Amino acid sequence: MHSSLWLSLLIALPALGALGAVLVRTRENWSYRIAVATATIEMGLAITVALLYNSAVPGASTFDFAGRWVLAAPFGLAYDVAMDGISLLMVVLTAFVVWTALLGARDRRREGAFVAWLLLLTSFTMGSFLAHDVLEFFIFFELTLVPAYFIIAQWGGAQRARAALKFFIYTFTGSAFLFVGVLYLGFAHQHQFGGDLTFAYSALSATAMSSGTATWLFVAFAIAFAAKAPIWPLHTWSPISYAEAPTAGSIELSALLAKLGSYGLLRFAVALFPLAQSNVRPVMLTLAVVGIVYGSALASVTPDLKRLVAFSSVAQMGFITLGIMTGSKIAMVGAVLLMFNHGVITVGFFLLIGFMEKRRGGPMQIRDLTGWQGPAPVLAGLFTVVMLASIGLPGLSGFVSEYLILIGSFATHAWWALVATFGVVLAALYLLWAYQRVFHGRSDDPAITDVTARERWALVPVVVLIVALGVFPRPVLDRISPSVQQVIEHVAPAGVTK
Amino acid sequence: MAHLATLILLLPLAGFLFVLVNGPRMSERAVGAVATGAVTLSFVFSVAAFVTLLSSSSREVTVNLFSWISVGTLNVPAALLMDPLSITMSLFVTGISALIHLYSMGYMHGERDYRKFFLYLNLFVFSMLTLVLANNLVLTFVGWEGVGVCSYWLISYYFDRDSAASAGKKAFIYNRVGDVGMLVAMFLLFSHLHTLTYLSIFAGAGHLDSTAATVVVLALLLGATGKSAQIPLFNWLPDAMEGPTPVSALIHAATMVTAGVYLLVRMSPVLALSGGGRATIAVIGALTAFVAATIATSQKDIKKVLAFSTVSQIGYMVLAVGAGAYAAAIFLMVAHAFFKALLFLGSGSVIHSLHGEQDLRKMGALAKFLPLTFPTFLVGWLAISGIPPFAGFWAKGDVLTNVFAYSKPLWILGVVTAILTAYYMSRLFVLTFQGTERFREVTHGADPHESSWVMTLPLVVLAVLSVLGGALDLPWVHHSSLAAFLAPTFGYVPALGAQSTLAQWGLAAVDVAAALIGLLAAFSIWRDRVSSPRYEKSFLEHVWRWDDAYDAVIGRPLTAASQFGGDVIEPRVIDGAVTGLAVAVRRSAEGSRKIQSGFVRHYALATVLGLAVIVVYLVARVG
Repeated sequence: MHSSLWLSLLIALPALGALGAVLVRTRENWSYRIAVATATIEMGLAITVALLYNSAVPGASTFDFAGRWVLAAPFGLAYDVAMDGISLLMVVLTAFVVWTALLGARDRRREGAFVAWLLLLTSFTMGSFLAHDVLEFFIFFELTLVPAYFIIAQWGGAQRARAALKFFIYTFTGSAFLFVGVLYLGFAHQHQFGGDLTFAYSALSATAMSSGTATWLFVAFAIAFAAKAPIWPLHTWSPISYAEAPTAGSIELSALLAKLGSYGLLRFAVALFPLAQSNVRPVMLTLAVVGIVYGSALASVTPDLKRLVAFSSVAQMGFITLGIMTGSKIAMVGAVLLMFNHGVITVGFFLLIGFMEKRRGGPMQIRDLTGWQGPAPVLAGLFTVVMLASIGLPGLSGFVSEYLILIGSFATHAWWALVATFGVVLAALYLLWAYQRVFHGRSDDPAITDVTARERWALVPVVVLIVALGVFPRPVLDRISPSVQQVIEHVAPAGVTK
Repeated sequence: MAHLATLILLLPLAGFLFVLVNGPRMSERAVGAVATGAVTLSFVFSVAAFVTLLSSSSREVTVNLFSWISVGTLNVPAALLMDPLSITMSLFVTGISALIHLYSMGYMHGERDYRKFFLYLNLFVFSMLTLVLANNLVLTFVGWEGVGVCSYWLISYYFDRDSAASAGKKAFIYNRVGDVGMLVAMFLLFSHLHTLTYLSIFAGAGHLDSTAATVVVLALLLGATGKSAQIPLFNWLPDAMEGPTPVSALIHAATMVTAGVYLLVRMSPVLALSGGGRATIAVIGALTAFVAATIATSQKDIKKVLAFSTVSQIGYMVLAVGAGAYAAAIFLMVAHAFFKALLFLGSGSVIHSLHGEQDLRKMGALAKFLPLTFPTFLVGWLAISGIPPFAGFWAKGDVLTNVFAYSKPLWILGVVTAILTAYYMSRLFVLTFQGTERFREVTHGADPHESSWVMTLPLVVLAVLSVLGGALDLPWVHHSSLAAFLAPTFGYVPALGAQSTLAQWGLAAVDVAAALIGLLAAFSIWRDRVSSPRYEKSFLEHVWRWDDAYDAVIGRPLTAASQFGGDVIEPRVIDGAVTGLAVAVRRSAEGSRKIQSGFVRHYALATVLGLAVIVVYLVARVG
């Protein structure tokens, strides 16, 4: 067992960096330097923690780095952190996303405040992924709203006010259900076991309840997570928000905050309410495959490149939900891996679209773009790699996760998996069509230039991760598997381990 | 053997990486030499592996590289299987690839993206070798998709031309539809057998019930129709002719498009479990062979004729697989690779000499201007037409003899297709090399010139192979033949009544007669014609209206549905419902005008207040 200090440092460091960035905001470039330094150290910390992580902690738990401090006993308020293989991946993703967003999508307008919000968002996201206490998770989960709201509302495009409001209302309303669910669960636990009110994850997961109660609580949790992820049909905030947010904001929303939804679904909705599974599974699986087909269909007709990525994310979230809900170990490992891969891939998409936006300005309407490959071959090549990873080309990262989800869920829920398999065709359909319209053809627009050296370097980590996790995913799979196994054993004691 | 296998596979990848990193600093010639050298070495090692396998006691060698994916019961190694089938495939794939790389050094000279072309080509060979050498279905799928994406890049090589960009996309998407079949086959096999490694699948195939086996076979067939351009997914291949001609020769004639046939032959022990599945395969193959041959009779573009001819010839291979004549399918695959690569490269030489002209009506009388292209093309033409003693005669004869024993109606369809084959190829030959000179306008009055040696040398080598290729498997040789070499990999092959020597002579006579009928018909019609609405039916020229039908039945409804989703369902139904709900809740909760102010904190306050009420209620109830 490693010290929980590591995790506390991961949570606190970005907040400190934010404070530093605000303090020096009047001096040009200093805020940015502090932010990049913080993000780099954070990345180093995340990698260190990933290497230290030991999935075989004595006591048959895959949680490492655990530590708990009760802050206010009567209210059940506690600071409790721990990390298992699933949160490990999310921690690395969080550090990676903020790092690449800072390096690749610098926004010089009121930079001190901008990077401060970005770092604060990182702190809260880290807190959510590392919280080992349901109330603590809820608080961090809720707090992420604030920086995200301000990033969209103050640095966004023409319709930023509407986008920010829509984003806020959806996720906030969803959280209301979550809040009620969390409190109910805490009180129910106290009612059964007596003692102080507690929201400790390990304690609450032992709460006994009828399958009816479990189902209602699952629904309350799932609404919040579905709005965040977003899972169909609670997705309609995402296209406008992704399109209107500044590049770094789109990256944070799609690559990171979305994963709070799917992570929450797996860690808190599925794992805490095993008895709800048989009731909710058909509904959730159906929502998942509808999301895949619907997201793909809308991605094929949307006129805006950023909205296309948003709808494509709805489809990808469908795959993740499918993997989480089937109860197959292989599929669930695939879903966790896809959370990470989708994060990296959307970072790639939004960075590249951001580069293009910087060159020609204005909204990224597909019909106004053509012939980019001629004057910008490297940009086109990088876009191709990211696109092919998203389509699920074997050898790149997207394939491994998608394949695991499909083959795993086919064994338990063949018909849903079959529909999802057609999603593989649809992804190729809308992405290749968009690629043809934007990159193929001819253009003599002098504004179109190839990527600069700096931009190219910002994409290197993305491409490296896409190739590395496609060719050699074993180290990551081996860290996820035991933790997923644990979730599954808890959910289905009889052991559905297919 | 392990080292040889690894080298065969990795050399083209090394070539790719080397050019990727150093390309911008290398001269054109150096890039071409590195890429060609890598593939040539890979061929040399394939020969060495072949010799090693012949002299070793075990004909199945598994080479483990590393553990790729491993979760729960799913175990997918990156491992190679060296057996007679995979060696045969890698020999002809690397051999033909090396020749076409050499040819490309001349053909692509001076093109804008010369380096990128060789990058793609090397990556293609690596993917193709992954496909044929893999020891499990998932790794085969890696190569399967890899060749698909290389094909996409190379078809849309001239990306500023709209038709090329669309053709590349079309090829990728048709292949993806087929991929669904391949994925489903893998999922089903894994659900039943818990393994995806070929040898384990074959060992456990007995546990598959007949329904599952049939579904697996049909799913594999769907995958094969996509990659190998068979009905119903064949019509991407003619569009793929938008790519440079060496690509058409390598990818869209000799190697990639035969991957579907390879997959079916590789899975023959599973095919053996489903008679219905195999019958479907045979029918699809025969129909494709016939339909594509009819279309080839009416095409005006030299490459389009050859493209439909490829579809038709692969149809023969698929028919052979369905009939259980796996060795015949591979025999025709190899022979076809020789003569079709020859024909494509020859047509490339013709196109090159005419400054890019591909229209048959603007050719004619080229025989005297192209002293090497003409005789080599002549060999290719006779070979594909089925004239003895060229390779095509033996290979096609082998297929038809087996089909005769399997099903008489399919055999008749095969013979009719053979007549059509000889007919459309002779038409192509006459229009290109005989008759009157019609190219002066294209060449601005100049004489066409023969291509340089890098382009003609591969033609000569392929012509020799097209003459001698039949020796791989002569009907009266039973021990040191291709069929005997491959036999151990097929598992159970259903017995087709062996033909008596007399019957074999009779069938061979029918084949020769079919070839001669087609040949004579073409000469009598096209000797003094250039185009003719009577013999080039519009219905055939427009590919049986296949694209229009797909567009009407699938394309437009899908687009309309998506458009409806984007215009109506998303903004009105889904967003409308959520917004309406929010508005309703807001109105009922508070009547105040203040709440309409749009400030986030007001919404937040309202929500928190509402929450507090609910929580108090719940606490009261639970506590």
